[in-house]
Amino acid sequence: MSKSDAMIEFRDVHKYYGDYHALRGITATIRPGEFFSLLGPSGCGKTTLLRTIAGFEDISSGAVLVDGRDMAGVPANKRPTNMVFQSYAIFPHLSVEENVGFGLRRDPRSKEEKARAVGEALEMVGLKGYGKRAAHALSGGQRQRVALARALILKPKVLLLDEPLSALDKKMREQMQMELIKLQRQVGITFILVTHDQEEALVMSDRIAVMFEGEIAQLADPETLYRRPNSRKVADFIGTMNFLPAKVLEEGPEAVEIEAAGFGRIHVEASQVMGKTTPEGATVGFRPETLTILYDGNAATDRESMGTIDEVVYFGDMTYYDVRIDGTDAPVRISMRNVFGRPVLDIGARARVGWSPGALVLFR
Amino acid sequence: MKSPFFRSYAIAYLVFLYAPIVLLPIFAFNDSKVIAFPLQGFTTAWFREMWNDTTLWNAVRNSLVISVSVAVISTLLGLFAARSSTRFDFPAKAGIMGLIMLPMVLPEMILAMALLVVLLAVGVQLSLLTIILGHVLVCTPFAVAILSSAFQSLDQSLEEAAYDLGETPVSTFWLIILPLVMPGIISSLLICFTISLDEFIISYFLGGTETVLSVYIYGQFRFPAKVPAVMALGTILVLLSIVLLATAEYFRRRGIAKSGGKDTGGFL
Repeated sequence: MSKSDAMIEFRDVHKYYGDYHALRGITATIRPGEFFSLLGPSGCGKTTLLRTIAGFEDISSGAVLVDGRDMAGVPANKRPTNMVFQSYAIFPHLSVEENVGFGLRRDPRSKEEKARAVGEALEMVGLKGYGKRAAHALSGGQRQRVALARALILKPKVLLLDEPLSALDKKMREQMQMELIKLQRQVGITFILVTHDQEEALVMSDRIAVMFEGEIAQLADPETLYRRPNSRKVADFIGTMNFLPAKVLEEGPEAVEIEAAGFGRIHVEASQVMGKTTPEGATVGFRPETLTILYDGNAATDRESMGTIDEVVYFGDMTYYDVRIDGTDAPVRISMRNVFGRPVLDIGARARVGWSPGALVLFR
Repeated sequence: MKSPFFRSYAIAYLVFLYAPIVLLPIFAFNDSKVIAFPLQGFTTAWFREMWNDTTLWNAVRNSLVISVSVAVISTLLGLFAARSSTRFDFPAKAGIMGLIMLPMVLPEMILAMALLVVLLAVGVQLSLLTIILGHVLVCTPFAVAILSSAFQSLDQSLEEAAYDLGETPVSTFWLIILPLVMPGIISSLLICFTISLDEFIISYFLGGTETVLSVYIYGQFRFPAKVPAVMALGTILVLLSIVLLATAEYFRRRGIAKSGGKDTGGFL
């Protein structure tokens, strides 16, 4: 792989803590200028993997390359990466500008030039005029910005973000997500974000690596990850998915014929089939928004099933219905956008459920 | 607590605690060799007598040498122990830390006896040095306890952030860790100094021919005529303690204000 194609390259990276196998053979490439996310539940190794890039964690075997250079033996203070810590790690005894300018201590530039760089960095994160403030007097969102400015002032090749938004409240978090995306486009630096929040990863990333138990389960862009998750585990972690047992009837090279209780016989394209081929059991996956409750007068979609409403959860803009399709045991979740003039249905009502074979995923 | 019983209990408790100390300056200025009421009039003669006592000055000098050395040595040792116990994992960590902290609860008498026997057997001359040795043993656990809490409240990612921004472990220590644990270091110095200054048993056992302040004061009580001068000395010590505590509190509050922490009580 040529130098320009990979900003970060993991080559079969393993990490052991004593007997505990924290990273189990990570091989992946992160492109220059990409907003990349490491997504997974706590303990999946995502933070450990990030810290191997920063140099805070030694790897047991394999290699981590930054911009084509093997980082083995390169200490954290000599790596072309900078990090925004989960706790922000703002130095509490220093002012905002001292924090932001901390990394310039060894910079040969003049005092005035450094002060200008600090001013520019503060302006970039929207903290112009805050330089003289004591760092400990800042709010959570402001600390976050100081941490960003402090890391970006060194113009690193890669910016590492370790759950940077998890300490903020929902409004602030959504605002910072947008600002981070803009900032990343503005500076063009490769951003690597660690998060356990699938929504955050979907919103912000160009590509996402979903990790479970020290392994990358799937590496793809957000849309592929959402629409074509390669395993039940990934599907379950990213958003909500209804799983129904299915039986394989016929299997060809381009399509599979299956039968699912309540849904009948379904023709599934090969591109919708995930996982290795196994003879018997298979699972059909439907996202809640790919199922529709059909109101009187609505034209039917591709296919239609009947069911009874088990539960109604009203969200204002959306309503979630749990519908028990006739002939099945477990209800499926259906999300419907609330439209003016369309009533919210009651528990116990009969409903026509419209769906399309092209929207489902078949897990083998 | 609204009950009159608790109220009078609290008052009685405080009186019992502090009234004897108030008596020190009263009798230090009382124009009588007998420590008893009624008071006989005002005099500064006892302060003059104390001031001209050369053995006293010798004891003061010895005590200062010992206490300052003990404060510095114990705090340094405490720094090492606290840093390694909060930051690193090593075999038998709990056991080693336990043994370091043990002198805190071990009767000093036992320590003093054991040390005396060993030192005599080895043939070490008893001197200020042997007292310092004994005091360091007693004071280091306090230093470790104070400094451990200072290190524990230090977010480990602060250190990593400094490395990440290009600093070496050594410069990180000077730029980040030291300033942030400084209030702990000052507390530790003051506590060790105070403990060493009024320590009696080890100083008495291991001092040989050298006399320190606490041993000197105890000795003076054998001569009733000397007691008022001791009172004068006590008065000065009380004043110095107040100054010392106020300084410590000032530094502690400044440290908290600087790092933006919340005030959670006294510097102990």
